[in-house]
Order: sequence, then structure tokens, then C-alpha cells
Amino acid sequence: METGKSDSEHFSIVEVAELSKKFDKMTAVDKICFNVRQGELFGFLGPNGAGKTTTINMLTGLARPDSGTIRIGGLDCTENPKKAQHLMGIVPDESNLYPELSGFDNLCFCAALYGMPKKERLVRAGELLETFGLKEAGNRKFGGYSKGMKRKLTIAAGIIHYPKILFLDEPTTGIDVASARQIRQLIADLHRDGTTIFLTTHYIEEAERLCGRIAFIVKGRIVQTETVANLLQPVQEKHIMLISFSASAKDIVKELASEFRDIQIYPVSAGQIRVESEKPVRAGALARFIEDQGAEVTEARKLNPSLEDIFVRITGIEVNAMKNEKEKKGGNS
Amino acid sequence: MRQWIAFWNIILKDMRAYYLKPPNISWGLIFPVAWTGMFFIKSGSGKESIPSLLPGVIAISVLFGTTSMLAVTVTFEKKNRSFERLLLAPISLELLMLAKTSGAIFFGAANALVPVILAMFLADLSQVAWMTVLPAVFLIAVASTFLGLFIAVSVSEVFEAQTFSNFFRFPMIFLCGLFFPIDSLPIFLKPLSYLLPLTYGADILHGAVHGKNIMPLGLDFLLITGFCIALFCISLRNVNRKWIV
Repeated sequence: METGKSDSEHFSIVEVAELSKKFDKMTAVDKICFNVRQGELFGFLGPNGAGKTTTINMLTGLARPDSGTIRIGGLDCTENPKKAQHLMGIVPDESNLYPELSGFDNLCFCAALYGMPKKERLVRAGELLETFGLKEAGNRKFGGYSKGMKRKLTIAAGIIHYPKILFLDEPTTGIDVASARQIRQLIADLHRDGTTIFLTTHYIEEAERLCGRIAFIVKGRIVQTETVANLLQPVQEKHIMLISFSASAKDIVKELASEFRDIQIYPVSAGQIRVESEKPVRAGALARFIEDQGAEVTEARKLNPSLEDIFVRITGIEVNAMKNEKEKKGGNS
Repeated sequence: MRQWIAFWNIILKDMRAYYLKPPNISWGLIFPVAWTGMFFIKSGSGKESIPSLLPGVIAISVLFGTTSMLAVTVTFEKKNRSFERLLLAPISLELLMLAKTSGAIFFGAANALVPVILAMFLADLSQVAWMTVLPAVFLIAVASTFLGLFIAVSVSEVFEAQTFSNFFRFPMIFLCGLFFPIDSLPIFLKPLSYLLPLTYGADILHGAVHGKNIMPLGLDFLLITGFCIALFCISLRNVNRKWIV
């Protein structure tokens, strides 16, 4: 684990070692280790039930670990998370402010929970309403806000006390596309201004766009932790193409594989294959060969390799299946 | 200092969001008036029965005011997850739960004023030992609030909080000597009376208002204080066990 505290760039604000949690006989989190460096935007990716929220709950003090250690801001808070709660800002996956208070009063109340004096919290609440584009709605009751506005105010409440680390649990799940885009921009701005962020999400493209480093968690275990650049490097050197045609992919894959030995071919759906190669793909030759087999090629397009490819390769989980599962729960961004 | 800013603002927020809402204020006024009127009419013995009825009406007003409000508000906040926000704040659990209960304690104690003010217009209360009534009202409010907290921590739905509250409250009306002397209860119910904190609070009020307490007042104060501490400790343990998993 990295703890180079002499260099503020590499100072680990969160250090987790061998952290485990069981619910009855089900292991929710299994001996995970990771660290979050000061100033970085760290992504925590995994499907539903992978252990993301349980991990956040243990880090923030809403759940007790069965074993392992947690250090936040250099403080050992495994046994007593209260010691470090003043350093944390927490934005849960569902907005949990007070529906009967106005947006402004909610922010002032949250600031007071962290001991901020009255004058200071009035100024800070006003500033944040302005920054988050909620100034006009500041005097309206939180209960009457749209989902996107609620999520924005909840993020504002999370940073009201200038936390050293901000935990964001699925910040764009369940809100409209425009609000999700605004929130991603706000997260990027917060990070640019120096806030350390721990982001859990199941939107791979969101993690790819925002995060510097990512940990993949599956069934309670971290299967890989790496910078986005390093994760993408192997696939970026590849040439990938998606070819659609009017025949069963299964029948054609065998023939293609024996004819084109220098490429990897994967069936994607009934009439679609994915072609990967170290060299540029000869699209014309492939299309001609498929048409010679009696099928009509309807589309051939080059794909830009993405983190999604890495995720599928590392976890064995189809991203679409993960999204659909989550969106059944209520998200659609 | 920072923790006390949080403590004070939790009380203020609860006052604004729940206790000082017009429906609660009117409920806090109407409820004790209704109880007073009901027992006054039922006794049929005129204004001279007021001092003997007053301790029971005070106690019942405090009991219903505190338990209803706290059990419902805490369950509501737990249900919509805003209570998590408090658990995540850098304030000790003990201070947090004291802040959450303080509003209900003030609300319950204020409820007690309604029958007292009404009785002042209708009867001679010059013999009442007010310096005994005040701490007794406070302790009844504390014990009832902590009972409400115990209920809130034991349930997960708002409607469960209401029904579970009634499970405790209605038997207390009959078992705690508010309107019917404990001596007149069937022998098998008497031990139950002494297991309920309100019995000791009501006994102090009977002693302070019309001099008819059945136990030494010092012992009453000691026992009800003990109940307060025990209920608070049990609730804290339950919050720690059930809400921080």
C-alpha cells in the first residue's frame, strides 16, 4: 500500500486493508485493499450487489467491518469512524435531505451538523446554491424539487463543510440525461478544484470520463485497481470492428476463423460479430468473404476501444446486463 | 463547541419541521383539553374533583404528546434516510440522541401547561407544591420521550410506531394510577404497575397537587430517573446494534 506522506500528491487520504464484511452467511465484502490518493478522483466500479455501498458504509461509519483496517486522513477509524467524519462529505445513492425544509435551510442545517458558525454557513449555503444553479429554487421546499435538483442539492450538502474526501454513491443514477450531464460537469469541476473524490458507479463511460484510477469490484472482491490510462493501453493498441450481416453469426465465425487466422472473432448477437486484430482490419476482404458465404453485409464499422471492453474482459459481466439490472431499480441516465 | 452547534441546530430544526407546525400545536392544545373535559364530566363531582384529576391529566398529556411525536418523527426520518445524515455527522451518538429527544421533551412539558392553566381558572390550586410539580413534569416528559425513542428504534414503519406506541400508552392510562388508584387494581395487575415509569411520575404529581402519594417522593424521583437512564441506554444500544450494522 502506498503511503508516501512526504509527497502531498501521493498522500493516501483513504487506506483500506483486508476489509471484510459478512451479512449472516453472505460475504458482502471480502478482504479488499485499496487506497485513494489526495486530489484524485477514484472510481469504484461493479455490478449491483458487488459490495460498493457496503464498502462506502464501512468507510463512512454506517456499517461495522468484521475485519480489516480503515484509515482516513491518517486516522485509524476502524473502530471509531466518528474520529474522521469531519473529514468526509457523503452523497448517498438516494437524496436524503429534509423535504419540509427549503434548499437554503437544508444546506445551512447540514453546515451546522459540522459545527460551522452561523455567519459562515449562511454565506457558504448562498455560494453553493449559486454554483449548483439552484439560487432561484433556494427558498422552495426540498420536497418539491425535481430528481435532478434534489441530487444537485445533495451533492452541495456533501461539500458544504469543505471535506477532505467526498464519497459519491451512484450520483447520476435515476435522473434525466441533462441533469446527469450537469452533475458530471460539477463532479469534474470539484475535482479540478482539488477535492478528492471516491465515486461509485455502474456507468462505465462515466467512470472513464471522470476517474483517474479505478477499482473493479465483483462479488465483494477487488479484481483490479489501475489508472484509466493503463487499463486502456492494451485495447487502444488493438483494431476493433463490428460487422453486421444477414445470417447466423455462429455459422460464419468458424469459417472466418479458419480463413483469417491473424484476427480474433467473437459473435456479438445473431447477425453481428466483433473482430479484433493487432493490425488494421481488412474490412473489404472480410465483407467479401461473408458475402461469399451467402450472407449480405449490412454494416461494418470501426469501434474505438473503451473501458467497457476492459470491464467485460476483467469481470466477465456484460455491461448492458448490469445497466438494465440497475435501471430496473430506477435509473435511466 | 462544534458538537454543541450541531446539537442546538438539530433541536431547532426539529422544532421548526415538526413540533411548531400548526397541526401539532392545535393537537397539543386540544388533546389535554379533551382529556380534562372527559374526566371532569365522568367524575360528576364538580369543581372540587379537579385537584384529584389534575395529576392524571397532566401525566397523560405529557405521555401522549411526547411518545406520538418522537416515535413518528424518528421513524419517518429513518424511513426517508435523512436520519443517516445525522449518523454521519461528527457528533457523538449520545449527544445526537439527546438532541433528537430534547424537542419532544420540551413539546411534552409544554403540553402539561394546558391542563394546569385550565385548572387555574376552575379551582383553587394554592396548595399545589409547584417546585415538585415542575421536576416531575420534566421527568415524566423525559421518561415518555425515551419510551418513544425505544419504540422508534424497534420499528421500521411510521404506522408501526403509532400502533406500538398505543401498546404501551393505553395500558398505562389504567395501570399507572393516573385516575384509578393502584390499590383498587386486581392483585395480579399491581406488579405490572410498578414496572411502568409513569406510575412514579403520577405518584409525585398526586403528592404535589393534593398530598395523596403512596410512596415517598424521594423514592419516586429516584425510580423515574432510573427508568429514564435505563430507557436511554437501551435505545442507544439498539441504535448502535440495528442502525449501524
